[in-house]
Amino acid sequence: MRFTDSLRLGLSSLRAHRLRTLLSVLSIAIGITSVVLLTSIGEGARLYVLGQFTQFGSNMFEIVPGKVETAGLPGVFGGTTRKLSLADAQAIEGVNGVETVLPSVMGQARVEYGGLGRSVTVFGVTSAAPALWRMSVRHGSFLPPGDAQRGRHAVVLGSRLARELFGAEPAVGRLVRVAGARLRVLGVMAPRGRLLGFDMDDTAFLPVSTAMQLFNLDELTEIDVTFRPEVGARRTTEAVRALLRARHDDNEDFTLITQDQMLGVLGSVLDVVSLAVGGIGAGALLVGAVGILTMMWIAVGERTREIGLLRALGARTSQIRSLFLLEATFLAGAGGALGSLAGVGLALIGRRFVPGLPLRITALHVGLALVVSVLTGLAAGVGPAGRAAKLDPVIALRSE
Amino acid sequence: MIELEDIWRTYQLGDTTLHALAGIDETIQDGEHVAIMGPSGSGKSTLLNIIGLLDRPTRGTYRLDGRAVGGLDDDALAAIRRRGIGYVFQSYHLIERLDARGNVELPLILDGVAPRERRGRVEAALEAVGLAERADHRPSELSGGQRQRVAIARATILNPRVILADEPTGNLDSSSGEQVLALLEGFRARGLTLILVTHDPAVARRAERVIILRDGRVVRRMPGRELQDLERALAGE
Ligand SMILES: Nc1ncnc2c1ncn2[C@@H]1O[C@H](COP(=O)(O)OP(=O)(O)OP(=O)(O)O)[C@@H](O)[C@H]1O
Ligand SMILES: [Mg+2]
Repeated sequence: MRFTDSLRLGLSSLRAHRLRTLLSVLSIAIGITSVVLLTSIGEGARLYVLGQFTQFGSNMFEIVPGKVETAGLPGVFGGTTRKLSLADAQAIEGVNGVETVLPSVMGQARVEYGGLGRSVTVFGVTSAAPALWRMSVRHGSFLPPGDAQRGRHAVVLGSRLARELFGAEPAVGRLVRVAGARLRVLGVMAPRGRLLGFDMDDTAFLPVSTAMQLFNLDELTEIDVTFRPEVGARRTTEAVRALLRARHDDNEDFTLITQDQMLGVLGSVLDVVSLAVGGIGAGALLVGAVGILTMMWIAVGERTREIGLLRALGARTSQIRSLFLLEATFLAGAGGALGSLAGVGLALIGRRFVPGLPLRITALHVGLALVVSVLTGLAAGVGPAGRAAKLDPVIALRSE
Repeated sequence: MIELEDIWRTYQLGDTTLHALAGIDETIQDGEHVAIMGPSGSGKSTLLNIIGLLDRPTRGTYRLDGRAVGGLDDDALAAIRRRGIGYVFQSYHLIERLDARGNVELPLILDGVAPRERRGRVEAALEAVGLAERADHRPSELSGGQRQRVAIARATILNPRVILADEPTGNLDSSSGEQVLALLEGFRARGLTLILVTHDPAVARRAERVIILRDGRVVRRMPGRELQDLERALAGE
């Protein structure tokens, strides 16, 4: 029996029950649509988050206070015996291979000018921040280099904050109030967008020691370190670790996080997300598979006489089986194709109307969805097809 | 040649054992025209199904053209059914969603004949049963007699050696029944073996040989032309 003939024979019976065929195609299509949409959202989110992390460049690591025992993102847990201090940051600058060191703190503060005020996230940093965080100054200048320990009554505003407080007026040279202190505006940043979830435009940058005083902090939030690639990540991190341990009474009460570790943790988080997405998709597909299974089971029951006839005409059991398998597979394949189209279409529409939506459609995922739908059809068809093949032709012919 | 040797077909229904066939010994020569008669439940269809390789005897030996078929696997039996045996059923067994052409084409499709070759053969088969103009009609658009003629075209399209017909005229009026019988006998005249089951003595009488079953056994064998005497004798009893 030729494949095209099997297909034609199967199609003729699907055509004879249009509504039922349509419904079971839809049951798969809906599953595949959701799988395609979910995977494109998942993939989009993954790339978005990875992009956020890799904009730092790869020759970088960070040091945060507290010890994290397992490989996880450091939290606020863990007792510190010695605080992570500006002196630590300065000492690290002397380590062989280290290029830049950026000590930083972070806090919430109200920034006021004239009658206007705005509560924003404020970063205490040094002159190294623009280069490390890939930011640039639009007007005026950034915090000048110099002794980080020495406070300075200066501030650099993010583009949005400057706009909200000063409108079209020039901000450079003016005095603003930050957490009660009067600081002179040195510069205004160019728009930067978000960095690790923080709006880098609706913010202000203060000298780190000034910020520590204003916020009454005795410890750094983190120290970012870049190193010369030729020295190598391993050697640099180990040298820095040894130095800090020595400074902290031989206690490792800090955590060194390299890019690889960050990406690794992120990867495992995103794997969980993918797994959840896959689970939802599998559930949707299972519903479709049950739809096809039911439809094929009914079809075998209805066509018992036809099966008996085909056997009498000399069809082998394997031919009967493949006839029904083909029908189930075709149903699922058609559903898969329809679902993929709908999924891609919805994703494109979504991207058009919600520009920020992290949607990423890959041919691989769509192809996989199609393969999975066909496999679903095969799996759903095995039972009914086997039943059809096993029918006793004499009994099948006699059935009504 | 069909040789049946002590054929039994037994059904186990709970505690009771039912012998649908209870020791059939029969030889049917190539080109013979045989009618099988007997009361309802006497085993006529069961015997036809065994001859047609749709059913296997519980006991006994069946030799087709000298070869014992008991040892053949299902695929081998399917191949013999496809090429060597044509079935005609009382209820036609046409597939409703296919037109006459599609129904007649089925055996060719199952046999893997190329589409180009099929077309001509289907037209010829329909022509041979006088339904060339009805090729596009669905079974529901045909009369009972026409449907049975489509079924005959389907049964004969692969040139089988044997035609098995289980009450082929059972659902037909006498004139369509006559057409169907004439067609079947026409094929037989060209050398096919024709075995038919019937309740109708008028049909059986046209056979060369009549076998009468009762309770799964052959109780009488006689030439068809003697059937009239039997009927008279039975009526006189
Ligand atoms: N699958 C089965 N299970 C149990 N008994 C069966 C089965 N098939 C047939 N029989 C029995 O076998 C016997 C012979 O049946 P068969 O169909 O051959 O009779 P028949 O001579 O063709 O009758 P009719 O003229 O009514 O068609 C009957 O008693 C029937 O009940
Ligand atoms: Mg019968």
